[in-house]
Formats: sequence, C-alpha cells, structure tokens
Amino acid sequence: MRKLVTSVLAGIGLTLACGTSVYAQEKSLTIFWAEWDPANYLQELGNEYEKETGVKITVETTPWPDFQTKAFTEFNAHGDAYDMVVGDSQWLGAGSTGGHYVDLTDFFNKHKVGDVMAPATVKYYAEYPGGSSKYWAIPLEGDAVGWSYRKDWFEDPKEKEAFKAKYGYDLDVPKDFKALRDIAEFFYRPDQKKYGIAIYTDNSYDAMAMGFENALFSYGGELGDYSTYKVDGFINSDKAVAALDAYKELYKFTPPGWAKAFFVEDNQAITENLAAMSMNYFAFFPSLINEASNPNAKNTGFFANPPGPNGDQFAALGGQGISIVSYSQKQDESIKFLEWFIKDETQKKWAALGGYTCSAAVLKSPEFQNATPYNKAFYETMFKVKDFWAVPEYAELLQQLNQRVYPYMIGGQGTAKETLDALAADWNATFKKYGRGQ
Amino acid sequence: MATTMITTLDRSSRAAARGLSDISIRNLFIIPTVLFLIVFNIFPLIYSLGYSFTDFRASTNASANFVGLQNYRDLLNDPYVWSNFAITAKYVIISVAGQLLVGFGVAMLLNRDIPLKGLLTTLLLLPMMLSMAVVGLFWKLLYDPSFGIINYALGLGTFEWLSDPKMALYAVALTDIWMWSPFVMLLSLAGLSAVPKHLYEAAAIDRAGPFYTFFRITLPLVAPILMIAVIFRTMEAFKTFDLAYILTTQPTAELISIRLYKMAFQEWQTGRSCALAYIVLIMVLAITNIYVKYLNKVKER
Repeated sequence: MRKLVTSVLAGIGLTLACGTSVYAQEKSLTIFWAEWDPANYLQELGNEYEKETGVKITVETTPWPDFQTKAFTEFNAHGDAYDMVVGDSQWLGAGSTGGHYVDLTDFFNKHKVGDVMAPATVKYYAEYPGGSSKYWAIPLEGDAVGWSYRKDWFEDPKEKEAFKAKYGYDLDVPKDFKALRDIAEFFYRPDQKKYGIAIYTDNSYDAMAMGFENALFSYGGELGDYSTYKVDGFINSDKAVAALDAYKELYKFTPPGWAKAFFVEDNQAITENLAAMSMNYFAFFPSLINEASNPNAKNTGFFANPPGPNGDQFAALGGQGISIVSYSQKQDESIKFLEWFIKDETQKKWAALGGYTCSAAVLKSPEFQNATPYNKAFYETMFKVKDFWAVPEYAELLQQLNQRVYPYMIGGQGTAKETLDALAADWNATFKKYGRGQ
Repeated sequence: MATTMITTLDRSSRAAARGLSDISIRNLFIIPTVLFLIVFNIFPLIYSLGYSFTDFRASTNASANFVGLQNYRDLLNDPYVWSNFAITAKYVIISVAGQLLVGFGVAMLLNRDIPLKGLLTTLLLLPMMLSMAVVGLFWKLLYDPSFGIINYALGLGTFEWLSDPKMALYAVALTDIWMWSPFVMLLSLAGLSAVPKHLYEAAAIDRAGPFYTFFRITLPLVAPILMIAVIFRTMEAFKTFDLAYILTTQPTAELISIRLYKMAFQEWQTGRSCALAYIVLIMVLAITNIYVKYLNKVKER
C-alpha cells in the first residue's frame, strides 16, 4: 500500500514538474478564429512573430457554423483557452457588455489606431456602442460582400448580340440592380444547366441578412436608426420593400436547390460552371483566382455591389477585429502582439500573405490595389459599407429576420410589405424587452 | 434457491474474507452510479428548472431576475413554437409509422428458413450502426438535385428534396425510416420467433386463412414487443436533432429540438430555453406514459 501511495505521489510530482518547466520555457499565445484561408495566413504571420520574439502563436480554428457557439461557450464559462479572438463585428456588443473583451480604448488612443486603420473598419470592427469612442478590438480582416462573374460568358460575341437584341443595351458588368436582374434572367437556361446568379439564402446564421442587406442598402433602405433603435419606417419603408422584392426576384434565377446557400455554394457556382454571377465575401475570392481550386480562374472577373435605382451604392460588411479575451492569463503578452500587429510593415506583410488589411496606408498604395484582380473593388467597397446591429441580442434579431424573410424568399409566403412589417414588430418587441431606445 | 444465491455473499469468497458484508458490496457498486446520476443528471435538471423562471442569459454578466411564469407564458403564446411542435408531431407520426411498416414487413419476410439468413439480417442492420451525423451528410449528397443518385435513379430530373418547403420534412423522415427500420425489424424478429409453432399448426388444421392467422395469432402475440419498439422510436424521433439539422434549414422542417438549440446556443436566451426544454420534457413523459399504460394492457391479454 505504501509503495502504491509513493509511486502515485511521485507520478503527480513528475507531471507537475514537467508541466511547469514547459510553461516556463515557452511563451505562447492562442488566437481563436473560424476555419478558413485567412486563418492560415494569420498563422503564417504568427510564425514571423515567433521568429522575431520567440513567442509562439497558435491560431486555433473551428468551422464557421460552430464559430459563434464555441467562442461564446468558452466566454460564458470564463475559460482562458484563448488569449485573443478574431470575432465577428456583430459580437462587439455582447463581448463588451458581457465583460468578455478587454477594453482597448487606452491602447487605441496611445497608438492612434483610429488614424492607422480605414474609418469604416474602426467604426464597425472596434467601437461599441456606436459613437462612444470606446474600443474593444483592433481591425484585423477587412471584408465586405462583392461579386464574381464569368468573363468568358459575358464577352462571348454571340451572347452580347443576343443580350442587346433582348434588353436594348450592352452586356457588361452590371451598372445597377436592374442590370443585375436582367443579366441573371438572360443567363438562366435550366435546359443547358446554366443559371443566372448565385446569392446567399442560408437561414442558419447571418447569410440571409448579409445577402438582403446588399439590396437593402443600395436601394437606399436602412435596418433602423442605430442610435435610437427605431425600426418602424426604416426596415418596412417603401425602399426596403422594393429591395426585398428585388432580392427575391434574383432567387428565381439561381441554380436548383439554392435554398441553403452561403459562401461555399456561391464559390461552387463559379467553379462548377453553374452561374454567370455569384455574390460572396471578398475573403473567399483568393481561391477563385487560383487555378488549383477554380478551373475557370482565368475567366473569372470581379465587381463591387452595384447601385440601386436611386444611385445609392453600399455593400454589406463582413470582416473581423481581434480582441483580447478578459479571462486570458496573458493579457500583457497579447498587448505586445497587437502593438506589433498594427505596425506598417506588419500590415504590409499581412496583405502580402493574403490577409485583407484594414490599414488605410496599405489600402491606398498602388501595389496593394494592383496585386489581385479584386483588390481595387475591395478598396472601393470598404469606404461604402454598412453593417447589421451589433447589440448583445443581435442573434435574436438575426433569427427574427431569418424567420420572417426566409419563408417569403424561398416559400413565397405573404408579401414583402407584410414580411417587413412583421419583422419591424419583432424587432420593436426585442428592443423593448432589453430596454433600448424608444 | 436462485434468489438467495444472488443476494447473499458466498462465505468462502475473498470479499467475505476481507469482512465486507453483502450490503456494503451492493453499496460499493451502486453509490458511484447514483452519485454520477445526481451530479450529471438530477442536479442540472433541478438547476435548469430554477433558471426557467428567470430571464438569465449565459452570454452576459447581468444577474438573473425572477420573472415567474413569464417564459412559459411567452413560449406557449409563440406561434413559431407551436408550429415547431406541429412539425415535430407530423415528423414523429410519419417516421415511426414508416419504420413500423418497413421494419415489421422485413421481419415477416425474414421469419422463415432461407439461405444466408444470418448474413442478410446483419447487412440489414448496418444503417442503424452508423452515426446520425454521417447518415445526414451522406443523404444530403444522395438528395442533391444536381448530382444526387436518388434523382438519377428515379429519373426525377432536378427535383429539390431538401429545398422544397413541402418536401423537406418528408425527406428527413425518409432518411430516419431508412436508418431505424432495422431496429424495429430486429425487435419484431425476436417477437416472431417467440410465437409458439403449435398455434400455427392448430390454425392450419382448422383451415384458417393467412389473413386470419396474421391478425388473430401473429399480431396479438408480437404486439407487446412492437409497442416497446414504438415507445423507443417515438422518444427518439421526438428528440431528433442532428439528422434534421444537417439535412435542411427549411423552416417547414424545423423540429422543436432545433428551435431549442438555436434559442439556447445561438441567441443565448438561457432562461427561456430552459423553460422550453421543460415543456418538451413534460410532453415526452406524457406520451411515453400513455404508451406504457397501453403496453401493460396489451400484456394482460
């Protein structure tokens, strides 16, 4: 018996000794992000940091559908598994008021981050509540929704002729939403297994909202007033109703089975020769110019979200800022990493690796804009973006939007006006429940 | 004799030699299990009952306020939740009835002397040995309108199984039937082989027709074991989550467990989702109780 006790104690002692020695030797930071290419680029950037400072950076990832759930499960348990998290812009409210994010306002002012990064990225990725000058994240990956299209289909002389004969103007990159619709209709040929357009329709997280926002904002509509939380007369305005009808109209020209489509399906629409045009985040475009992942890479072009009937031109914002988790034991080390990250040369490296930098200087540089076929469209888009609500209860607002808009879009239930009136009522009730505005 | 053998300890055993009584041995085995159940089942159950009367949100630091029956009132007045329940009921009926028909039918076919019967039975059991998530992913590919093998085999063109609001729930139920019919088949086979052969001989001597034999001999004798299959499958179908979650996002196929998941882990309405979980629990308990009552009645006959 004594022998057993001794050996067990020795074992525990040994484990502890090993554990602490490893801890003392290696400084390491863990960053949590979703599983996609930019996370791999960030890991490469982290490797550079390790070379310079000896601090090991590990970028841990999880598939997009689980990202929100997994991150907040860890936050709610006050776990210190992650030192930093590259969170969605909508999380700012929940992250800051829930005490999950470290307040970075002093860091922001000390390093003048507001001057380094493009204004829209600071506004949407870092500040909460809007206009408060309190900052919770450093803009890391700029992103917005843009479009890719099949240049070979568009430039085919026969198609051009047929299009001109049918619609009375030249087939080209769409100048507005009407042209977008016409071109989608023109290329919709189920008998040839060719379809007009690929859009976002998935109702499980924010896909449907992002897709609809593209139409809504360009039609001059708004989700609501972000400072007073008034939604009546905004989300159910005539402009918003017209925008929803326009977005539903596009659904008619999508490939079959397009009722649960998000970024994977929309890129497939181009790689599998399904659609003439496809909506997607800029972050997913690198794989479209890569011959290995897109056989049509040479024939793929890109354009920014077109303006609506009144000339308004906006796009839905994606992208993320990096925040320090307040339960992390290594906040000082994390601050050091962020200080390194916002340096100009680091931002240049980040852009060269494939990351979408938010640094205004790098964005404006000709070398960035000419680096890829879509960088110029990205630069233009990043100055006219708008985002979803960032309040802590954003997930309820998203769910309500999905619940109302999806049956109308996909199932054809009711009218656009009824749908948006009902959504306005849902949102009003939710804001009332949490005592906001009004 | 047999019972005393089990309950008292053999005096010559090592345990008895160490001075352990049979009661302490029993406790040694049972107490850890009971503790485990209390810590991981009973305690969270009671704790969540407490939360269901509050507006607690796990994602914020705000303290939970007692709101009485507000959550239950809101939920039972929410037309979306009711439609989720209606969808779930429809799904349970379709999938359990389908499994019963297919499972019992196959069992009848197998309940005779045929070559390779053992191998055949084992192969038929394979679907229920797969993971639900894997089945969901496979069937999503099978149902695909562009390259799915189901449309190709049936010549349906680009029929949209999972994107069609009217079809989606049936498609999920069909997958569930494919997966769980073998379970019903297995139980039915056990029941069928237990029917005494002399009853069939007597029926044959009396020149009873096959329908008469089936409805008066086979079915009544297999009924109790079929009821057990129905109870298990109803409870499971009521709780279906992974299969439906992976296959489709159609609101017309949103089962109550998916609604519950979204409420709890996407919207973080912890208090309200606890209340919904309790409503579901009470419903499952009630349905199961009705079945058990009926089962006892069937057994008495």
